[in-house]
Amino acid sequence: MSFAEIFTTAPNTVVGWLIIAVIVIAIMYFMRVPAHRAILSLSRSLYKIFRIAAASLMHAEARMRDRNREVLLAAGLEEAERHLEREFERIDAAVTRDLSACPTVHRRMSEQITVVEEDHQESTNVPPAPPGWIDAVEAVANIPSKGDPMVANILEQIHKSLVKAQDDAINAYRDTVEERHKRLSGIKPYWRELHQLMGVVEKKVDSLLARTNIIDTKIEQYETVKKGTDQAVRRLSASSMKEFIVSVCVLCIAIGGAGVNFTLIARPLAEMVGGNTAVGGFQVNEVAALVIILIEIFMGLLFMESLRITRLFPLVGALPDKFRRLITYVSLSILSLLATFEAGLAYMREILLKDELATSALLRGGEALDTVATNEFVWITTTVQMGMGFVLPFALTMVAIPLEMFFASMRTLVGIVAAWSVRSLAVTLRAIGGSFRFLGEFLVNVYDAICAPPIWMERLVKSNIGAERKARNAKASNTTMREAL
Amino acid sequence: MKRVIAAATLLVALTLSGCGDPPKQGHGVYMLIDTSGTYTEELDKAAQIISFILSRLNPGDSFAVARIDTGSFSEKDIIAKVTFDDRPSIANQQKRQFQEAISEFVRTVSPARHTDITGGILQASQFLDEKDPGQKTILVFSDLAEDLDPEYRAARDQIQFDIVDFEVVALNVTKLRSDNIDPREYLLRLEDWQRRVELGGGRWRVINDLDALERILR
Repeated sequence: MSFAEIFTTAPNTVVGWLIIAVIVIAIMYFMRVPAHRAILSLSRSLYKIFRIAAASLMHAEARMRDRNREVLLAAGLEEAERHLEREFERIDAAVTRDLSACPTVHRRMSEQITVVEEDHQESTNVPPAPPGWIDAVEAVANIPSKGDPMVANILEQIHKSLVKAQDDAINAYRDTVEERHKRLSGIKPYWRELHQLMGVVEKKVDSLLARTNIIDTKIEQYETVKKGTDQAVRRLSASSMKEFIVSVCVLCIAIGGAGVNFTLIARPLAEMVGGNTAVGGFQVNEVAALVIILIEIFMGLLFMESLRITRLFPLVGALPDKFRRLITYVSLSILSLLATFEAGLAYMREILLKDELATSALLRGGEALDTVATNEFVWITTTVQMGMGFVLPFALTMVAIPLEMFFASMRTLVGIVAAWSVRSLAVTLRAIGGSFRFLGEFLVNVYDAICAPPIWMERLVKSNIGAERKARNAKASNTTMREAL
Repeated sequence: MKRVIAAATLLVALTLSGCGDPPKQGHGVYMLIDTSGTYTEELDKAAQIISFILSRLNPGDSFAVARIDTGSFSEKDIIAKVTFDDRPSIANQQKRQFQEAISEFVRTVSPARHTDITGGILQASQFLDEKDPGQKTILVFSDLAEDLDPEYRAARDQIQFDIVDFEVVALNVTKLRSDNIDPREYLLRLEDWQRRVELGGGRWRVINDLDALERILR
């Protein structure tokens, strides 16, 4: 039986299988050492390759993490700067609005105070001076009359004149006092006005103080971000996640709105651009409707940019105020124009719908024609459609805000997900590398298990040879000892 | 630099090769109405079918209705034809006018002496080939019993249709009295028309249930 015949016929019998097994085991036994080396070197190589790959991925992940941190902090810093800038703008507006009136208030207060002072001055109670001739009267009165009726008469006349003068003086004094009281009463409204003016000033100052408190808080946040603390990074990451989710939700709503807008204008646009020609698998009127909606969104973006509400295009924000205002007016005008067009198209849509229903009814036999024509509530749907056509373009303007949030937060999120993926890959590669190492050792053990019979025989032979050698050595040593003795 | 130019040229060439002719669009329908003998009594049904087809066709589609008479290979037999405007409002107006024309025809039609279905199909194929729509359908509203004038017979027998990618739909194929006696005649008639249509490269269908008009235009 040739070797080839053994392989072709032997497997059919148990003996044949045994022969093959013996041959294979013998070959494996003789190749044991180089096979062990090969298996171990292969497993170690794979282990090292995977370890190196994992290490480089971990390194890349660390760099990505650092980069993400930098980007996050930069974004946070920009955001904080933006908030601060807004607050300063507000405080500037408040100062311009409120404190610009301060000179006027001051002037009014000074006027009020002058009036009050003058009135107060005039209301000072000065007793009327006694007539100058009173001493002369007193001297005449001291002249001894000695019963002279002439003198008595003169004195009587003097007395009367004196009494009269006193009455006049008292009356004049009373009048003056009355006038003083009137003046003092007149001061009251001025005091009230002064009080009110002071209240206004106090309110404005309080408002400014409140704003300064907000600015203090913002500056604290800014400093935290600038220091790049872990707390700031965590806060910014959480904020980014929240912004991303919110922006996605709002964008979904905006897409719904754009869809409604599309439905409103696509059909009537077929009256202008035709409804049969196709461009890239889409009908021309649908493409036109999409273009109009995209233009509206773009105008909305420009409008928001020019107002510095969003900062998707830094170039617009950096333009001089004059140009920015121009962009604001132009974009708003185009938006208004498009909104008006859309309202018209929505009206046209209703007319077309009626026309189509009437035609269908006619083709069906005219039963439904009257129902269509006499529906008195149609104006409600027409008005609603026109209103939606007009409002939706302006509503789409607001897309700029969630869009900016989406892009800003997406960078952070993508960075985090990428770093996490790279880290996961690195861990996986590390695990695979480790498993290759253990697999090599396992395969060596399996190899030895297959070659167990010859190994056992080898050990048996070695132990016999060892025993014989020991016996021989012992015998030889005994002989030597005897000879020595 | 040469490599850059070569790469750019290749890119442009590949881009242009991707921009082939746009696929044909629209639907062209040509309906033949048998006006011979007692079949004129079925014309109300034909008018219903036409109304249904009008309601289903879109701007850009073409529609023509022609009568089958002694010699149907003639533009004179076309009762009404239209290619609907791109603008939906104009298309609706055209549909109304078309329906009025058909109503007028149904009111005033007089029975034809002979039935030249072959000539009608030839005329239909020519009309639709000229319009070149994406989908071509010939509707034959007839009992499919061709009754040719002896003068036309010899010529018609030798004609083979060239209606590749056309769909020919036989509508309301009524049974004749002779079919009742020997139903095989009816079946043979249908088989014969199917063979002729398929030999010309077209697809053949028969719809006798007019309650299922949706199946006419697929």
